[in-house]
Amino acid sequence: MPGDNHVSTAHARGDLTPQLIGTPVWYDQALAAAGIPIYDTPFVSVGGGLGSFILADVLRVQGAPASAIRVVSTSETPWQSWEYLTRVSQLPVRERIRSDAGARPDNLWGFPSYAMQEAWQDKSLALVWQVLVEPLFADFFAPRAGTVFATVRKEAQRIAYWDMLAQGQVRMVRRRAGGGYFTLVTPPAGTTPTKRIAIRSRYVHLAVGYPGLKFLPDLQEFRETYNDYHRVVNAYEPHEHVYEFLKARPGLVVVRGAGIVASRVLQRLIDDRERLGLQTQIVHIFRTYVKGSHGPGVWMRRKGGDGWAYQAFTFPKSAFGGQLKAQYRTADGDRRKQIVKAVGGTTTPKLRRWQGQLGRGRQGGWYHPIQAVVEKVEPTLDGRLLSHTRGDDGARNRIVSDFVIDCTGLEADMAEHRVLDDLLQNGGARRNGAGRLAVGPNFEVLGTESGDGALYASGAATGGNHFLAVDSFMGMQTAALDIAADLARRGFVKRLGPVRSTNQWLKWALNRSI
Amino acid sequence: MTPTLAGRIQTRLFMLGTVGVVLTALIVPVLPGTGGGLVATYKSAYLILLAVAVVGVLWELLYHLLMQFRWDKDWPTLLGLVTILPEGLLMFLLLRAGVVPGVGKVAASTFVTMFVFVWIGVWLVSNGPMRVPFVQWRLRGGRLL
Repeated sequence: MPGDNHVSTAHARGDLTPQLIGTPVWYDQALAAAGIPIYDTPFVSVGGGLGSFILADVLRVQGAPASAIRVVSTSETPWQSWEYLTRVSQLPVRERIRSDAGARPDNLWGFPSYAMQEAWQDKSLALVWQVLVEPLFADFFAPRAGTVFATVRKEAQRIAYWDMLAQGQVRMVRRRAGGGYFTLVTPPAGTTPTKRIAIRSRYVHLAVGYPGLKFLPDLQEFRETYNDYHRVVNAYEPHEHVYEFLKARPGLVVVRGAGIVASRVLQRLIDDRERLGLQTQIVHIFRTYVKGSHGPGVWMRRKGGDGWAYQAFTFPKSAFGGQLKAQYRTADGDRRKQIVKAVGGTTTPKLRRWQGQLGRGRQGGWYHPIQAVVEKVEPTLDGRLLSHTRGDDGARNRIVSDFVIDCTGLEADMAEHRVLDDLLQNGGARRNGAGRLAVGPNFEVLGTESGDGALYASGAATGGNHFLAVDSFMGMQTAALDIAADLARRGFVKRLGPVRSTNQWLKWALNRSI
Repeated sequence: MTPTLAGRIQTRLFMLGTVGVVLTALIVPVLPGTGGGLVATYKSAYLILLAVAVVGVLWELLYHLLMQFRWDKDWPTLLGLVTILPEGLLMFLLLRAGVVPGVGKVAASTFVTMFVFVWIGVWLVSNGPMRVPFVQWRLRGGRLL
């Protein structure tokens, strides 16, 4: 079904009808009757973030023409959403993210690594030295956020990503009678004669990212009860006003959470404190206070201390491509649960810079880490915040602060996302034990098969299946390669053998358009 | 690349069988300390390469065991380089003891030149270029099959 053959079915209304909403499998005629125009393309990716970009890149490398792929998105660039989340959670472009040198969204081979690229650009042997001796004698190398944007921008140009991108809000994906799918899109107002359009395709890929953010219950209650979105903030929301306030006068901030974002927020607070000579006091509340190394046995000991569990990346490195990946893949349900229990949980990299900052904070008496559960947050009479806490030892405490920054980064349930919810309700998809989409070994969403078509997913929505590190650059690349291998078997793209791979890498290295 | 045990062994055998074979072919004519003809030197050199592969499988078992003490179950780049010392030393002692079949006396300078040249070459290819033809290699813990 190549090309964009406009099926002339324009109708005055062109909107969803109750009949369509209530029918899980759509006939071409039903859309025509509703006046919704149908466009044809073989492959549709829904999302338009890095997950869609990475798969589009792999498919182009494996020989799919740009005209065979449509990426439907409300984002103007594949990095837009990621850039926003990293920036507000205190990872501006010059800062280094938490990702391996070889995990490059713009380069499926991971060679040369980001470390080599930055070393070349900066004419810096220090970065080469770092990747040589990491993690034994140096912190793990990680690329700057800005390096990721710049390289993805360049690759997008090379693979004609902008030609594949179609602006619009995807409302739902439904199976089509006779095979394949309809992706129902609401294009930007005024760009099409009808309110909705449908894209008819044999294959669909969902990479919709996080369904949404969830607040800690006590903080959600506070915000709703007192309508205060100023003093209680989530680290994934813009909260620059907190840092500005602290520049103007001394204040006390409560930080909650023990992951990478908590580390970054603490770094920002302490950077400002040390650079500008501020008097900021920090109370850091750990729900689970990690006192030292922990784990089920000598073969499974994770480092920890001062409240934190330390880990370079979101999972042990071998979960991305080593023995943990292999073990997890072949394990049965119970064993997988055990593995997740051992290696999951909130962690942060043990970076020398943060260790130094927090050490100075403890010595100077302005950083106070405590173990506690917060039971309630209330406003004080002078407009500050009062957190009622209870420690595991039963000790109750009351902490008055100017701000609370929630760095826990809880993810909302999948059903919060309209497309995923519809897929569960009407598309045949089902949840796995972790509440995410159940997918097969090729990231095909189980239960959604439609004739000779297939529906795939990658990213956070596919957690809890055969692969742990789905929500990472390397994880999205893994999914993309596995999906593309399946599509090669189905004849949509070519196989990525050593010859094609090398040829395509040379084109990448020479920045030749494909 | 974060290896599995199968990946370690396959990668070692593949690397020595490709990069190792080519680099040995290149270095033999300029090896110092060799007596006899070029053919005899080539024969000895490839027998040594074969011995490195065979003994290497045993080394991989040891490395895999040591790796289990690491939370990340990874094998840092530097370890791939510095293991040249124990492996080189053991192989040299085995040669001196005359237990490598078909290989006579080998001068220290000959052995060190060849061993270091091949080792560095294999290490460099393993840490990057290998990913170009074999995309899945690093995602499968070094397995090629």
